Amino acid sequence: MDDKNLEELKDMEAEMVTVEESAEEIAAVEASAEGEVVTDVFAQAREDAAASLASAPGPKSKKRHKDLAHGNAIAGLLFVAPFIIGFLLFLLYPLGLSFAMTFCKVDAIPGSGLRLTWNNFDNYNKIFRVEPEFTQYLWDEVKRMALFVPGILVFSFFMAILLNQEFKGRAMVRAIYFLPVILSAGIFVGLESNNALLASVKDAAKSESSLSTITTTLENILLTGETGNKFFQYVIDIVGQVYDIAMASGIQIIIFLSGLQTIPPSMFEAAKIEGCTSWESFWKITFPLIGSMILVNVVYTLVDFFTRTDSQLMTLFDQTLLQRFEYGKVAAMSWVYFMIIAVILGIVMLIFSRRVYYYD
Amino acid sequence: MTKAERENFWERNRKSGGYLLRKRVRGFLFRFARAVLLFGLCFLILQPLLNKLAITLRSDADLYDPTIITIPRHFSVESYKFAWKIMSASTAMISSMKLAIAVSLCQVLSSTLIGYGFARYKFPFKRLLFGFVVLTIIVPPATLVTPLYLYVQRIDFFGIIKAIRGEALNLHGSWVPYILMCLTGTAYKSGLYIYLLRQHFRNEPKELEEAAYVDGCGRLRTFFQILLPGAVPIMVSVGLFAFVWQWTDKTYSMVFFPNTSWTLLSHSLYNIAGSIEGYYRSLYGDAAKAPQAFTNQITAAGVMIALVPLLIIYVIAQKNFVESISQSGIKA
Repeated sequence: MDDKNLEELKDMEAEMVTVEESAEEIAAVEASAEGEVVTDVFAQAREDAAASLASAPGPKSKKRHKDLAHGNAIAGLLFVAPFIIGFLLFLLYPLGLSFAMTFCKVDAIPGSGLRLTWNNFDNYNKIFRVEPEFTQYLWDEVKRMALFVPGILVFSFFMAILLNQEFKGRAMVRAIYFLPVILSAGIFVGLESNNALLASVKDAAKSESSLSTITTTLENILLTGETGNKFFQYVIDIVGQVYDIAMASGIQIIIFLSGLQTIPPSMFEAAKIEGCTSWESFWKITFPLIGSMILVNVVYTLVDFFTRTDSQLMTLFDQTLLQRFEYGKVAAMSWVYFMIIAVILGIVMLIFSRRVYYYD
Repeated sequence: MTKAERENFWERNRKSGGYLLRKRVRGFLFRFARAVLLFGLCFLILQPLLNKLAITLRSDADLYDPTIITIPRHFSVESYKFAWKIMSASTAMISSMKLAIAVSLCQVLSSTLIGYGFARYKFPFKRLLFGFVVLTIIVPPATLVTPLYLYVQRIDFFGIIKAIRGEALNLHGSWVPYILMCLTGTAYKSGLYIYLLRQHFRNEPKELEEAAYVDGCGRLRTFFQILLPGAVPIMVSVGLFAFVWQWTDKTYSMVFFPNTSWTLLSHSLYNIAGSIEGYYRSLYGDAAKAPQAFTNQITAAGVMIALVPLLIIYVIAQKNFVESISQSGIKA
């Protein structure tokens, strides 16, 4: 990379800041929602200290007050310091380079890395107008998200409630339900779909078993009616994908279960004594108190869904990168994808964080 | 139920106007439906695993016998032996194990410290920094792969290394940069662990720290003696996640540990179809193709081999990890 290109790179990094600001906004939205919870830890203690020193000369108590807040800020920064250092050392440059690559024609030069040549918005132009699959896959992905994410959330919430009840063999059933955390990790998922040879084996197996299943039969019966077809279609799609949903909801079940178990049982007892049915106490106690966990799970599910390795889009990225060596195009595609994820996440967080109730 | 009890039950039922019987029946139906549902979904999760196990235990003759659906007629562990050999699993297993243990320990350490910092302290640029944490979670791996690959070949940390050594550092294929990234909470999925631990520490009662402060306990000691013991279960969970994700990770380890330097189990599993093909070519000449059913069987055996250590660790950690949740319930 020559000096001129480095200069361009630095300009790019400046532009990066705007991007990072959007991520910051997401965090800010969340933080403002949860802001009331994070009051200063030592606020109480500091007030006490100030009160006890009130009789002492004024300047001294003021100084003490300032010292403590100052010390806390430094301690906080020290706790977080590893991340700051790591971000500066390891991620800032690669992120900047990747963003710069979206505006450049990138050639690999054996031995000395990449050469970047400025070509304006050519990459973006190509991915939206020339590349036939990108926009289609992107749209498919967003549609799948609309189907899957609510499905996963409802399923895992329901399962968490079931697994929170008392029954024989609960420990074993729980262990099996959390197994997808292992089974759906990394290489195990993508092994069949990413591998051309294995994919052909799988296709052969699929075409043999084209018998009608229970769900398709049921679908045909249910869909003959006129009303509510859209909704039925949605439910049937979900049921058809129940395996994928179960495999994707291991961690969400754990998070919901931990949330359910932090609700004090005395609350339910009190509600029962007041004559509350279990249906009512579900909506008035369980649901509001699990709110913050719903937010965590929504965020986790969205991120997990978008960054899973076996999606069509990720396969397209891999192909473009490893078979066609079009670095600039991959960078542009993944930045567009990244922006879309950030926007969707921002919107969802905004909607949810307004409604979350914090019990403190 | 003895006869006396049964009579007593009908007597009570009559007195309650049929309510007792209705309640019993309703309770039974609910438990029955729940048991069916739970069993069905457990089967759904376990079925592919059992299926793979059944395929791998077949002998060659059984593989092409259409009358065998699940349970093989002639049991054989040949497929495991072959998969073990072709994945060079004995060396790959050890290097994968070392790496995954190191990575998960570093991840737990860094994310606990950083998560605590974000949860309990106020400092300048906190929101901006947490925004960066969120950013590291949502960046798709494809965005970072190429730049990171280039970056580890020529590390100079803004010219600092260049100034000292006169040239940039080439850490390609070394484990140092990746461990450093884990220690600084910027590696694969680190942001997620930070987020989880931050949520945990935020839910701890503030009175704990205030009491410690009043008793004259310093900040570090408060963290290590008062907050850390309560965080052990979630740290075990995070350690387990980190181990699993490192063990099965392909994208990041291909950047940092290309095939030439270290053989990792995830790499050899990913390339297993190619290895089988290569093996056949070396035996029967260039035109030879491995039979599909055989490739499938060996892949399944490879997956099982890679899964076994994870399952063992899962069973050990599982108790801590599932029961940890109920402990936090008692506390509240």
